[in-house]
Amino acid sequence: METIFRKTEGLTDALFHYCPGCTHGIIHRIVAETLEELDVLGKAIGVAPVGCGVLAYEYFNCDMYQAAHGRAPAVATGIKRVHPDNIVFTYQGDGDLASIGTAEIVHAAHRGEKITTIFVNNTIYGMTGGQMAPTTLIGQKATTAPYGREVAHAGYPLRIAEMLATIQGAAFVERVAVNTPANIRKAKNAIRKAFETQIKGEGFSIVEVLSTCSTNWGLTPIEALKWLEENMIPYYPLGNFRTPGR
Amino acid sequence: MAKILMKGNEAIAAAAIKGGCRYFFGYPITPQNEIPEYMARELQKVGGCFVQAESELAAINMVYGAAGSGARVMTSSSSPGIALKQEGISYIAGAELPCVIVNISRGGPGLGGIQPSQGDYFQNTRGGGHGDYRTLVYAPATLQESVDLVMEAFEVADYYRNPVIISGDGMIGQMMEPVEFKEIPKRELPPKDWATDGTKGKRKPNIINSLYLDPEQLEKHNWRLKEKYDRMVQNEVRYEMYNLEQAEIVIVAYGTTSRVVKNVISILSKEGIRVGLLRPITLWPYPEKAFDEIPETIKALLSVEMSTGQMIDDIKIAANGRWPVYFYGRSGGMVPTPDAIIEKVKEILRGQR
Amino acid sequence: MIERIVCAGFGGQGVMSMGQLLTYAGMIEGKHVTWLPSYGPEMRGGTANCHVILSEEPVASPIIHEATCVVAMNLPSLVKFENMLQKDGLLLINSSLVNQKPSREDVKAYYIPANEIAKELGNEKAANMIILGAFIELTKIVAFDSILSALRKVFGPTKEHLIPLNQEALEKGAAVVREQ
Repeated sequence: METIFRKTEGLTDALFHYCPGCTHGIIHRIVAETLEELDVLGKAIGVAPVGCGVLAYEYFNCDMYQAAHGRAPAVATGIKRVHPDNIVFTYQGDGDLASIGTAEIVHAAHRGEKITTIFVNNTIYGMTGGQMAPTTLIGQKATTAPYGREVAHAGYPLRIAEMLATIQGAAFVERVAVNTPANIRKAKNAIRKAFETQIKGEGFSIVEVLSTCSTNWGLTPIEALKWLEENMIPYYPLGNFRTPGR
Repeated sequence: MAKILMKGNEAIAAAAIKGGCRYFFGYPITPQNEIPEYMARELQKVGGCFVQAESELAAINMVYGAAGSGARVMTSSSSPGIALKQEGISYIAGAELPCVIVNISRGGPGLGGIQPSQGDYFQNTRGGGHGDYRTLVYAPATLQESVDLVMEAFEVADYYRNPVIISGDGMIGQMMEPVEFKEIPKRELPPKDWATDGTKGKRKPNIINSLYLDPEQLEKHNWRLKEKYDRMVQNEVRYEMYNLEQAEIVIVAYGTTSRVVKNVISILSKEGIRVGLLRPITLWPYPEKAFDEIPETIKALLSVEMSTGQMIDDIKIAANGRWPVYFYGRSGGMVPTPDAIIEKVKEILRGQR
Repeated sequence: MIERIVCAGFGGQGVMSMGQLLTYAGMIEGKHVTWLPSYGPEMRGGTANCHVILSEEPVASPIIHEATCVVAMNLPSLVKFENMLQKDGLLLINSSLVNQKPSREDVKAYYIPANEIAKELGNEKAANMIILGAFIELTKIVAFDSILSALRKVFGPTKEHLIPLNQEALEKGAAVVREQ
């Protein structure tokens, strides 16, 4: 029988623990497919965060680490310095990267660490049950912002891609979303370019992926995709912020 | 090999490289800065790599990454910096990775001061990190011993797949003494087939992890770690006994204070007062059984520390009520003077006679 | 035999290197030696000092509580350290910068105008070597040759041309105390 589709070699057979409608699964798949397509799966080493992505080490079919909360870029630095020819990536959420791990991500970028970061931004703490994140939108409700995020109290949502794009060592910075098939294709393309940046040794690369959390947003998966489109993209514009040589 | 006059911090760094260390991640803090400076200068000459991290937190997590990659790796810091590393040390112990951590300690709490202190005894032996774990702790008293123990620490760390802490202080770090780099006993080490270097499509993924969501599995893991720690207790205890014959009092002291105590012993022996020294070289595992070698006839034990009394707890456990345990300590970066210790010894003897 | 020397002065007067050279020379002669510096902010501008112990026996504590010799390169050092000296201990005073007598009368004080002699030699930085020369002359603790070997190790081959100056400084220092 002719095979017309098969699951990527980049993922194990373990079942995802993610909630129905969560877009982590899509992001895992496009990262894994990219590693396979670039033929670097055998030399890939990934670092899982603390957060919903904590079990990513069970899903990616390559050498993996589980790192302390926010420290994945530091762990990846240690790995990459020992194995400069391997492909090292971190997979982090917005609590992990944009809150507790801001120092680590900024300085990995600042050193031009030749690693790739997949930054999943869904504006909320998923695993711990819907607390406010630095990326939570103004007025958005969270269990620790029960009346909606107020600027006077909690400040403005943090735009990570724009911030990192100011750093010389961040060679590739792009923000994408996974709310439509077209955007997913663009997201995969950006992830590919990010890994190529690492393969060519051009510096630090990061793709910020706007993602949904229907469970903690209190929406159906379809409503969540629409909410992302209508609320997140206007505040977190999609696009490329840095590309090597540009 | 001829003796070389070296500063403690540099001798420790040089010994690490001789012990196979090729990666170092650190952050500046007094009084240990000569270690990262030496590593920045020398590691690249031997094909290794030094990275100045953005914080101690980042540094210890870089150690986690490099250790999981199969390398011999070290970090160093001083008291407040070691406090920041505790999170990573717990993860490293949980994931069973080998590494060496040097603490050239200073006075605390808080920012404290920068002069030598032993106020990190609890931090080093109990750990500030969370969970059921232990780290092996060496407390050298001379630079020669520092060099020997640092070189060996890498073997021991690899042997047990566990972090090893070198507990020095500002005096050990800053002083100069002749050292000789001798061959250290090599252990039979299994290959690091658990390390991450890419599957190359030829094996199952290696996973460096300390997460066990199933409590039954975590308990099993923790008891397995405990068995490993028990093996360390069985096999890795080190101590020095000095001048114990006919001693009236045995002083227990380690590192810097043990050197001052040796002066005390020689001064008192001229006055006809015999004092012995039990010097723990491993602070964990603690040389509990060494106390059984102390003559039952001594009148008391005296703990001399550069703290307000931290090791004294371990001494009381080990003494198990056999002798009264006294304490003399200075804190905050002050070093006990021989005169003050002598006075304390005499005071104890006056009370005991 | 045991010598416990405290060398003290301003940062930049070479008190640390004077102590190190003595330590190195002691090691070359097979003695047990330790060198312990003061460290931290007091190094910047204030007094710097080091404790040097040379002994036939292994050195227990490198910290000096009672010195056999104090080198005071400036006035604050004299004030701070003269009380550490044992009875009949050696007190070497850089009289170029110290215009005050010690308060101790139970010690052997020597006055060496180290900066002036060094200036005559053409390099004021050699003041520490003049004091070191005086100390060695008085104690015979190590040979001048050992200091020169230590210097060669510290300087390396590129600074070989500085050896004659340092040798002269050692000898001048020795001559000064021989006459006192």
